[in-house]
Amino acid sequence: MEGTETLSLVLFSGTDDKLTAAAVLAVGAAAMDRKVNILLQYWALQAFRADRIHEDHGLSPEAGAEAAATLRRAREQTNAPHWSELLAQAKSVGEVGIHACALTMDLFGLRAEDLDPCVDDVEGVAAFMGEATGPIIFI
Amino acid sequence: MTEGITKTLDMKGLSCPLPIVKTAQAFKELGPADVIEVLATDPGSVPDFTAWCKSTGNELVEHSEESGIFRFVIRKK
Repeated sequence: MEGTETLSLVLFSGTDDKLTAAAVLAVGAAAMDRKVNILLQYWALQAFRADRIHEDHGLSPEAGAEAAATLRRAREQTNAPHWSELLAQAKSVGEVGIHACALTMDLFGLRAEDLDPCVDDVEGVAAFMGEATGPIIFI
Repeated sequence: MTEGITKTLDMKGLSCPLPIVKTAQAFKELGPADVIEVLATDPGSVPDFTAWCKSTGNELVEHSEESGIFRFVIRKK
């Protein structure tokens, strides 16, 4: 049975906590047979650069030092997969498109070959909207 | 025990969303009407597997919980 609406995510933030939360939504939706459509903008796109994807991308400002330490401990103990691994699993289990925002590419002088291979292509807002049949979640 | 279980997927110790994701991956390798057993400790397992089966059309034959371990028997559509 095909899932209902496409899950459309715009990833703007480039911190590991937000990228992980977004990747969990994406892989969950893909496992439910829902099509997933992801647009990477600004700091999220920076995190998908091939030379940076496995670096520490920090946490959102609201995390605070104590919560950050708790999170780090929990991640070590549970051996939770990196967000890039979750996205790879999403692609293996369902139909998932990961697109780089054309404007962000221009702003930062990025070329397609600068990005991790999990990014499928560069597209503009019209192409993204054309695929976004339901609500768009901005993270 | 349910008859005809061909495989057990041990998801104990894995956090959401991995039990669902790994189950979905494993189901791609199965044939129609194959029956498998899934063991999980993720506290969201019951609503998650119920929703996953409903959404994918696979049949949740039974589920139970014993000592914090959730057990699901699922038949592939």
